[in-house]
Amino acid sequence: MEFKTLDLGLVDFQEAQDAQKKIFLDVKSGALKSTLILCRHHPVITLGRQADKKNILISPKELKKREIPVYEIERGGNITYHGPGQIIAYPIFDLNYFKKDIHLFLRSLEKVAISLFTDFRVKAAALPGLTGVWINNKKAASIGIAVRNWITFHGLSINIKKNDLFNFQLIRPCGMDITVTSLEEALDKDVRIEAVKEKIIHKFKGIFN
Amino acid sequence: MTKVILPELGEGIEKATVSYWYFKVGDKVNEKDDLVELTTDKATFNLPSPCPGTILEILASEGDTINIGQVIAVIEESG
Repeated sequence: MEFKTLDLGLVDFQEAQDAQKKIFLDVKSGALKSTLILCRHHPVITLGRQADKKNILISPKELKKREIPVYEIERGGNITYHGPGQIIAYPIFDLNYFKKDIHLFLRSLEKVAISLFTDFRVKAAALPGLTGVWINNKKAASIGIAVRNWITFHGLSINIKKNDLFNFQLIRPCGMDITVTSLEEALDKDVRIEAVKEKIIHKFKGIFN
Repeated sequence: MTKVILPELGEGIEKATVSYWYFKVGDKVNEKDDLVELTTDKATFNLPSPCPGTILEILASEGDTINIGQVIAVIEESG
């Protein structure tokens, strides 16, 4: 399946939401090919369809003070945090040109992250029943998607930098008592975001083309 | 009458949970209107109406888990 790539850079969550919706409609109408959006977000908490607000561990007042907005969105899954230390991939993919299989698509997103970590010689795995990617039983990539007319949106967020992992303490990620980690933490050295982005695009091409 | 059936969603997916109905019994729908949102694993997806008509029956409530192949609504076809 062919797709084009669009890098939005560091953006507010809402801006990426608007871009996703516009591209989704263009893919649906046939005006545009499947598109892989890459971006990073300013700190934000998102709640998927299975989320419970009780998993936000600080008060609305404190969230406001820290300028962390909360969005309830139409993806699957529970609660997560996004920050500038992650790379987010939103594949707006028409699965009519791949395979109409939601599980295969989720497993393929896991493969993108596992293969990326493997390039850095970091052993990562998917755990049965716990969609996402894990390094030493710590979560390193989260997945939550929506599918409409077999076109996907939302997607995959991969923890790259270690310096904003602390914000995960504001929530119970995925509604579970889990620890999160990042590529940098696993490697114990700095990683350049731009270099990782190129690799992610390459992984998507390898897995979805 | 047309039965709305939960279709195959992928290998190993046997069931899904109804998360939101966009219509209620008695409402008119167009072909391809999104009828219902369902959830499986970390994905939500929509089921479109297979035909234009009026919703006669809704057989699964929000929060219910249903099996692939199960009838979840019945539509009286129009025109």
